[in-house]
Amino acid sequence: MAEGHRDPNYWLIWLYLFVLTVVEIAVIFMPIAKLVIVIALVALAISKASLVAMYFMHLRFERRTLGLIAVTPLFLGVLLIFLLLPDQAAVEHRTDEALRPAAVGKH
Amino acid sequence: MSEVALSHPAVEPAESPLTPESWGKLGMWIFLVGDAMGFGVLLAGYGAMRYGSADWPVPYDHLGINLTAFMTFLLICSSVTMVKGLEAVKHRNRDLAKMYLALTALGGAIFLGLQAYEWTKLIGEGLKLWGNPWGASLFGTSFFIITGFHGAHVTGGVIYLIVITFLVSRPTTEMGPGWTYNVVEITGLYWHFVDLVWIMVFTFVYLL
Repeated sequence: MAEGHRDPNYWLIWLYLFVLTVVEIAVIFMPIAKLVIVIALVALAISKASLVAMYFMHLRFERRTLGLIAVTPLFLGVLLIFLLLPDQAAVEHRTDEALRPAAVGKH
Repeated sequence: MSEVALSHPAVEPAESPLTPESWGKLGMWIFLVGDAMGFGVLLAGYGAMRYGSADWPVPYDHLGINLTAFMTFLLICSSVTMVKGLEAVKHRNRDLAKMYLALTALGGAIFLGLQAYEWTKLIGEGLKLWGNPWGASLFGTSFFIITGFHGAHVTGGVIYLIVITFLVSRPTTEMGPGWTYNVVEITGLYWHFVDLVWIMVFTFVYLL
């Protein structure tokens, strides 16, 4: 199947990946809320990973079932994060609280 | 492939349903999906430890991202040389394929060299597997385990690529969109996966 498709412009994909990496680094120095930075970074990382999987790994030109198999780890990974969240949310002092001087003095 | 399968049923009993070119490709995909779960667990575990820790250091204050940004760039470049090498195999250009595959292996080797340098520097600054001067001791543990696990994959990939470069260099290896293309494509799948994982590691361990 991969032999049948026309080769995409790989240098263009390279350029996209390069630009997205530069944007990622720029984002962490922006004076915006930490949550926005986190969401932006995760979105950028997923777009970069998708570009690599779709074009470099030819997933775009494969059968759809193979694509479904390929995204299962992503779903299981997200599920795992939500399974772990309740445990960690129960911990009294978290990173963001500890950054405030008052919270450090409490314990 | 299907004609071969019909005339030699004992050699190739059936066509792979998802990847008609070869079973090997399906095999690599399934291996990579399993491997992705391994990295997924490591990164989810990292997130959980960090979220649950009171004094997790801010990574980019201590790890430094200039070098790792360059390492990211290097892996992206080596992914491009990999697909260009595959393209050259398809177009029966052995010299070009050889050059691109060798460059890919070189990119991986430089990446490993830089990682060794980075680890040495950080260990010198006090980042250890069991602790560090900046806060939660798990910061060092998770850093070395995650980047080490990825580095082991790069090491495997560089060895894999060197073997495949030699295979393609051999005059008896037939070029073109057949067996060789398939073998190089499977190598590429592994190599791009290593790049993809680094994109995640760079984001979650260095930038966030």
